Amino acid sequence: MPKKRRESPETIICRCEDITVEEVRELIARGYDTPDEIKRFSRCGMGQCQGRTCRLLLLGEIAAATGKSIEDIPMSTFRPPTKPVKLGLLAEARMRREGGEGE
Amino acid sequence: MRSTADVVVIGGGVNGTAVAYNLAVRGCRKVVLLEKGTLACGSTGRCGAGVRMQWGTEMNCRLARESIARFETLGQELGFDGDIEFKQGGYLMLAYHERQWEQFGKNVALQNRLGIPSRLVAPDEARRIVPHLSLEGLLGATFCPKDGHVNPFKTVQAYAEAGARLGVAIRKFAEVTGITRTTVRLKRVALANGDEIETPVVVNTAGPYSRQVGRLAGVELPVHSERHQILVTEPVAPLQGPMVMSFAHGLYCQQTPHGSFVMGLGDPHEPKGFDIGHSWSFLEDVAAKVTQVMPILKEVRVVRQWSGLYNMTEDAQPILGQVPEFPGFFQAIGFSGHGFMLAPITGILLAEMILGLGTSLDVSMLNLERFSRGELIREPSVV
Repeated sequence: MPKKRRESPETIICRCEDITVEEVRELIARGYDTPDEIKRFSRCGMGQCQGRTCRLLLLGEIAAATGKSIEDIPMSTFRPPTKPVKLGLLAEARMRREGGEGE
Repeated sequence: MRSTADVVVIGGGVNGTAVAYNLAVRGCRKVVLLEKGTLACGSTGRCGAGVRMQWGTEMNCRLARESIARFETLGQELGFDGDIEFKQGGYLMLAYHERQWEQFGKNVALQNRLGIPSRLVAPDEARRIVPHLSLEGLLGATFCPKDGHVNPFKTVQAYAEAGARLGVAIRKFAEVTGITRTTVRLKRVALANGDEIETPVVVNTAGPYSRQVGRLAGVELPVHSERHQILVTEPVAPLQGPMVMSFAHGLYCQQTPHGSFVMGLGDPHEPKGFDIGHSWSFLEDVAAKVTQVMPILKEVRVVRQWSGLYNMTEDAQPILGQVPEFPGFFQAIGFSGHGFMLAPITGILLAEMILGLGTSLDVSMLNLERFSRGELIREPSVV
């Protein structure tokens, strides 16, 4: 059963990529009812926080639209690095390793 | 459930959706597209999103030229209500060794003969094109302003939705478990859920898993898969027009219209296989190389890394056409890392072959038999 909701269609669901609830609902209505499809076609969850904010909200939307329970919805793959890391820092780590005792 | 189709396409990446759309738009009525997972979950959705005409074999140049010409108007052609994010910022390809520079000279001569507007550029001109480029060790570069970027996800969505409006039945989570001949003409495609589809034509667009799909039909295809790793950064203000590519580093790096940088490395020691995991050493490798070539990128943050599979052939050119001993079983496989960018023309060519129309381009040399005959012309410009 869809739950009663308070948010408006313009409510931002993914704040990194500025994706609204309305955009997500529109994709679900087109048949894209997995987190992976919505991620690919809208960028929801692809930003700096890697879905930490929107993941559960998105699952809630899919559950409400499809009648599935959240546990039955396949999650997107979690990908490293968990936190954004500067390329310069990674390059330095490589140089230190090569300059030090080596691999 | 048993059903029938005119054509069954196996694989819901860019080539599968492009073939299905091009069949439907040419009047083919019952096209069924089967995808094991979800649309663009394989190599298409994992690729670097670059499109270029700067190739080293005549065939790859022709396929790429025709594809990019179509990308220019693809959104409108498909009636897509989104944006496929086609950006022609060019490709700047860097040479650090004499041998590479000589190869670039040959490539540009070939490309120009085929009407591709690439040119050799000296280091100072390369720096005018990409102001943050380091000139250390750089001999020269080639540049083609018509190369660029397209969003692979949106392209698949555009093809899939245009196909669906024309009647293509797209089934996700539909894994094929068998392809058997029932009559001289007909095949039966069996699905994991027990469904069966009878059809005269099966198209293999399964990308990295195309060899497995071939085996379901008892056909051994001369392709193998190998992992390529890739990463994306946070979005930053527009900084870099072209894709920057260096074969010496095995590196490619482009800023997308979204603002993020997408970059990857080819690893010559990567074993054959289906591993799509990721490694920390890749992050350090690519960071060390890309900041050497473009030091300003030290300040940009990586947000995500992943990997995908190239489906390789011995000559790094695709296999397009029918299996001689299995008429009606068509292949669009073995794109060797450039399947996304060649999809617009591949979709057209496969539809023309299947419907018995003349092909827009003579691609007979991309037949399957070339491997047993040893008629291979190897593409030299693959990262």
